[in-house]
Amino acid sequence: MEAIKKLTGLVAPLDRHNVDTDAIIPKQFLKSIQRTGFGPNLFDEWRYLDQGGSAQDCAHRRLNPDFVLNQERYRGAQILLARNNFGCGSSREHAAWALLDYGIRCVIAPSFADIFFSNAHKNGLLPVILANSTIDRLFQDVAGTPGYELTVDLEAQTLVTWDEHVIEFSMDASIKRRLMEGLDDIGITLQTAELIRAYEQRRRQDAPWLFSEEICSAGATVDSLTGPNESTI
Amino acid sequence: MVAKTLYDKLWDSHVVQDYGDGTALIYIDRHLIHEVTSPQAFEGLRIAHRKPWRIDANLAVSDHNVPTTDRTTIDDPISRLQLETLDHNCASFGIRQFKMSDIRQGIVHVIGPEQGFSLPGMSIVCGDSHTSTHGALAALAFGIGTSEVEHVLATQCLILKKSRNMLVQINGSLGRGVTAKDMILAVIGRIGMAGGTRHTIEFSGLAIQALSMEARMTVCNMSIEAGARAGLIAVDEATIAYLADRPMAPTGGLWDQAIAAWRDLRSDPGAGFDRVIEIDAHGIQPQVSWGTSPEMVVSVDGRVPDPGAESDPVKRDGMRKALAYMGLQANVPITDIPLDKVFIGSCTNSRIEDLRAAAEVVRGKRIAANIMQALVVPGSGLVRRQAEQEGLDRVFIEAGFEWREAGCSMCLGMNPDRLSPGERCASTSNRNFEGRQGSGGRTHLVSPPMAAAAAIAGHFVDVREF
Repeated sequence: MEAIKKLTGLVAPLDRHNVDTDAIIPKQFLKSIQRTGFGPNLFDEWRYLDQGGSAQDCAHRRLNPDFVLNQERYRGAQILLARNNFGCGSSREHAAWALLDYGIRCVIAPSFADIFFSNAHKNGLLPVILANSTIDRLFQDVAGTPGYELTVDLEAQTLVTWDEHVIEFSMDASIKRRLMEGLDDIGITLQTAELIRAYEQRRRQDAPWLFSEEICSAGATVDSLTGPNESTI
Repeated sequence: MVAKTLYDKLWDSHVVQDYGDGTALIYIDRHLIHEVTSPQAFEGLRIAHRKPWRIDANLAVSDHNVPTTDRTTIDDPISRLQLETLDHNCASFGIRQFKMSDIRQGIVHVIGPEQGFSLPGMSIVCGDSHTSTHGALAALAFGIGTSEVEHVLATQCLILKKSRNMLVQINGSLGRGVTAKDMILAVIGRIGMAGGTRHTIEFSGLAIQALSMEARMTVCNMSIEAGARAGLIAVDEATIAYLADRPMAPTGGLWDQAIAAWRDLRSDPGAGFDRVIEIDAHGIQPQVSWGTSPEMVVSVDGRVPDPGAESDPVKRDGMRKALAYMGLQANVPITDIPLDKVFIGSCTNSRIEDLRAAAEVVRGKRIAANIMQALVVPGSGLVRRQAEQEGLDRVFIEAGFEWREAGCSMCLGMNPDRLSPGERCASTSNRNFEGRQGSGGRTHLVSPPMAAAAAIAGHFVDVREF
């Protein structure tokens, strides 16, 4: 993933609670087997007036002029200002991919749904949590100031407004390091392969049924087609 | 010894390495794979020249895209490519897969417990948020994104931050006609859809103990709709009886050893929870969702709420948007809402017990003239066969329902089963988000008996008086 350290960008406000991943990227676009190309369908049902299908060219679709990202003043926004429980619902990582593909690098909200939060930072999309009162003020400032930009400094864990007002945010140290260095989690974990093997050995002793390869593969034989306990499945 | 919660025990027994900052490397015992969230993970393995760490910990099945009618052809070329990609990835990496023609095929969260692939004490993941379902077996089960799918495939582990402990204790007993679905909808209505965020919820109390395993799965399934990545229920005799003789469950001496260990999978007396919610089961009525999030629920004898009565301006605006999307007026009685379609299925409510309960309501009756389509989609091929052996398929078909093959179907409409714009559906699924069952479609979440009764009446009715 792309490392993120510091970013100055236009802020777009999405003033709704509980923005779910079905809204961020509707299911008809999840059929792709790629990680890219989801940007044109970000917020598809809010963004366009017509119904979107997969593998469709969005360039000529009718835009919903009332949707915030379609307003000229928010064109090119890299920071999304949001409300409570952003990214709730399904585990689809396509939601994080769609935001990034559109050009959003940072989402600021009072809270995020757990799975989305994890998907976001694993892809270099920075989730920033701020107090409700701060978020309220930012919504007012963004609405009242055309071209409103913020500078996000991950190292310093601050947001800096255009008038040099500094807002601090907290971030888990391990997540911060991964975001800043753009680290490959799998590579890091595999450095501790010996620990994983040692754990497996211990567990094999204590709880051998977890490792019954014979039992697991027996499940794939024709015998099991009868299913267990027919009356109470 | 320090008293531990069930979640503490499950967490502690899976720590490979504690990073000392609240995060740890956690070992994953079982990984379920489906076609939608896995292609990019397999591609990642290929690019990095990595192999799966432990093949036997994985089980794959197609469920989201599969047709529930004729399966010999799949019209949508993009769906077909995604299904074929799973077949190809399983074949090339050597992963066990239940193909579409296999009677064991079904919704990933139905087949895991059904096969005994999911067992108590395990850590279980899947690239699907409803993996919380398997927590009904006292397993630490939760949904993950595609990056984590790749991480589990490559390392058999995940880097996780420990959640807080939350206890939802449901006392007393449910009234007649009130189900586990009503129970969990009432919990979500009470604590809100972010009420369990950053928590693992353990459900306990007499009302939970009285539930069948299928009903417990319904409760844990919707933990995620309350924001909790995982839901849990302690092991008891019902858990053990459910698992006995499942194809992939241990047998002989291993079974005896396993059940002895499983009996400790409960929170110790005096274990500390960060948050405790108590609910009286007796006060729970059949629930119907009215809005576009699962917390927007009322009892069937209630009315559509009035946004004017909400003091928080952002919430009020959210309620107005929800009512506009749903095409509903404030203060209308729930039982006056007419319906176009009915869907009985999904990983929440497609097990044999759900189908029995719905069939009981429709037996000998006909769906109302205004119901354009009523679908019954069993959770797996084995559930379907069991239902047919009991004659439930005939009951549904004679009442005017369509009897389908197993899959996720109209819960999210990735296959051809979906709502058209403006259509209103009584659904036993788990999410009523905008567009969830089809662009512009309007979803009301209910229990299987409530959906069945609504199909017959053409509008919502209180199943207790039906």
